[in-house]
Amino acid sequence: MPTKNYAGTRYSELAEINTENVKNLQVAFTFSLGVNRGQESSPLVVGGTLYVVSPYPNILYALDLTQPGAPLKWQYNPKAMAASQGVACCDTVNRGPTYADGKIFFNTLDAYTVAVNAETGEELWKTKIGEINMGETMTMAPLVAKDKVLVGISGGEYGVRGFIEALDANTGRSVWKAYSTGPDQDVKIGPSFKPFYDQDKGKDLGVATWPPSAWQQGGGSVWGFVTYDPDQNLIFYGTGNPGPWNPNQRPGDNKWTAGVFARDLDTGEARWYYQWNAHDLHDWDGINENILVDLTWNGQPRKVLVHPDRNGLLYIVDRTTGEVLSANFYHAVNSHTGVDLSTGKVKVVADKYPVQGRVLRGVCPTAPGAKDWSPSAFSHKSGLLYIPHNNLCMDWESMEANYIAGTPYVGAEVRSIPGPGGHMGELSAWDLIQGKEVWTINERFPVWGGVVATAGDLIFYGNMEGWFKAVDARTGEVLWQFKTSSGIIGQPTTYRGPDGKQYVAILSGVGGWAGSIVSGDLDPRDGTAALGFVNAMRDLKNVTTKGGTLYVFKLP
Amino acid sequence: MNRIVAPAGIFLLLVLGACEREERAFRADPIATETEEKIALVPLSPGSGPPVEHRTGKGKEYEDNAYHVAQGKRLYTWFNCNGCHSNGGGGSGPPLMDDRWIYGGQIENIVQTIREGRPNGMPSFRGKVPDDQIWELAAYVRSMSGNVAKDVAPGRNDDMHPRPAENREPDSPPVAGGSIPPSAEMPQ
Ligand code: HEC
Repeated sequence: MPTKNYAGTRYSELAEINTENVKNLQVAFTFSLGVNRGQESSPLVVGGTLYVVSPYPNILYALDLTQPGAPLKWQYNPKAMAASQGVACCDTVNRGPTYADGKIFFNTLDAYTVAVNAETGEELWKTKIGEINMGETMTMAPLVAKDKVLVGISGGEYGVRGFIEALDANTGRSVWKAYSTGPDQDVKIGPSFKPFYDQDKGKDLGVATWPPSAWQQGGGSVWGFVTYDPDQNLIFYGTGNPGPWNPNQRPGDNKWTAGVFARDLDTGEARWYYQWNAHDLHDWDGINENILVDLTWNGQPRKVLVHPDRNGLLYIVDRTTGEVLSANFYHAVNSHTGVDLSTGKVKVVADKYPVQGRVLRGVCPTAPGAKDWSPSAFSHKSGLLYIPHNNLCMDWESMEANYIAGTPYVGAEVRSIPGPGGHMGELSAWDLIQGKEVWTINERFPVWGGVVATAGDLIFYGNMEGWFKAVDARTGEVLWQFKTSSGIIGQPTTYRGPDGKQYVAILSGVGGWAGSIVSGDLDPRDGTAALGFVNAMRDLKNVTTKGGTLYVFKLP
Repeated sequence: MNRIVAPAGIFLLLVLGACEREERAFRADPIATETEEKIALVPLSPGSGPPVEHRTGKGKEYEDNAYHVAQGKRLYTWFNCNGCHSNGGGGSGPPLMDDRWIYGGQIENIVQTIREGRPNGMPSFRGKVPDDQIWELAAYVRSMSGNVAKDVAPGRNDDMHPRPAENREPDSPPVAGGSIPPSAEMPQ
């Protein structure tokens, strides 16, 4: 699975490649995915086969690692509807396939979940999850736990009503489905729901915290990584921003958007919920990764989840109760002053409240947040969390948005700008107990891809200029780097090949929300293009071009 | 007498000429009807000569009229075109302020695009937007790349200044050749 394990730590025990020999890393083979769009996916290795899925049209390729040059074994084309590209807010990306029990599972942009025979590439089942005419698409990587495939819907910029759904892994039939807005019954909130904070207690808050019927197009899409704690039999996942972005159109806390749910895997019943950003003001989806780790906190063993939010805070939350243990800044923030730990609410700075028609300048962080989807890694060896993130602020103006199904429902003009220091991205190593940064690497552009940590004390990540790097996990020193053909926004994978050797794989191909100026051929004269990201990314066109290539590295 | 009439006539002509950009058609043809333009998408046509085309003239009428273009600008956000195309720089849809057109950059092509939709995700607005408003939208889209007269194009926004105003946009007539549609990048 792209998250490496149920806990989502993205930590590999492989140590053959280490701080000493990594400088000798060289290309083993490459493979063109044939699609020049943002490659946010993660290569997946099972036995002697490497699986990789392209952005729309979402072709799944299987490469034979037992043969020299890893020739193509088969490819599977789900023939996704071309029209789905129009309703994908932020490039036509896919965040990866996943494997369980002889099957590969992945989602298509036109909102189907597919199961394919991992040996033969034959389609086993295909289930329709969403309707593109309602603005629903799918980009996330499914999580398979026990016999269930967990999938969620994208479309937070199109006024969808977000949900997560569990499918039977053998048949593709729906087992349960839980919405992010609406009456308790639809949200699967029942007697076992025990949120930690008072503001989350009460009846039908998914209706009551909205203007009448606004919850029906209230967003709360589910497109991040899902994690699973087998001991509690709970899954954890975030909900996206409320729709529209313009907060003036939706007074109230807008439950259950921009928060995290813990649900029973078998029934889908909610156990607890915590809202990162009540009444979200700036498109801060709550979907960033929730990494499960066990810590000694003030002398007590605690089961926690770790979550770097778009709002610039790194949260440590007790995953059995939903209590916030700490929330520290990892990004420059001027729009709020952190969390009041007694109520769990973020303290918003009044002059950064986006009143309709007024241009707010220099709001930090920006709409994509201190950090977007790009998943962090936790090293069990160094005990540090490695966070790929942005350094961005923005100008924002709220405008009235009309809801027209299948068209965007945003109501804001945004222009992103570089944050303090002028660089736009960082890779930071973070000490969870101390609540502070240990080292950081500045990057010219946002670090829009994921991170892998290994027992060889290495951190692998790529930047949007196209460099793929290996970094010393303890010092942040760059020990090796290789320039790939296009910018990197993908998730690295490391695996042991059939020959017993360790390999490292990454997709190169710029795009995603940050890189759509290149992948979508956008016009840099309009700073508000790509929902305001183009303003900051104008130079990307001078640095890289589109691509779609898998690179695999090994020691000589 | 004649001596006086002549200058007055010239003056009147000047005034009338200037008025064309300001003329208002309050409700054009019955809103359910559609104009039939004969327009080609390519410069290629078998045999000799260019493709057969016939324009009704409606396009010019809309493009030369500041009221229609201004209405088009209002409708452009009203119908959420800006959600996919931003203020011309593009998003999930392609940019509309440049000289590259997949489906043709003449106003008649743009009307067809809006009415019928396009395969890679441009919705079809037929039956959802009255025909005269489709023409207004198309006239405004033409102004985004500087393809209407400067005195017809909208000026600077009162809201956030997203891009150079339409009336300061350098003319960028559609380039024959256009751009590769996303579908051309799709493996089979
Ligand atoms: C849901 C997103 C979406 C909305 C809403 C939308 N468009 Fe589009 N539009 C697209 C996409 C995607 C394409 C490219 C289609 C293709 O390549 O097949 C496109 C193409 C176009 C083109 C053709 C560009 C060319 O190069 O030929 C024009 C003109 C256009 N749109 C105008 C509009 C107008 C005017 C509106 C509002 C009435 C609008 N669009 C609403 C997504 C959208």
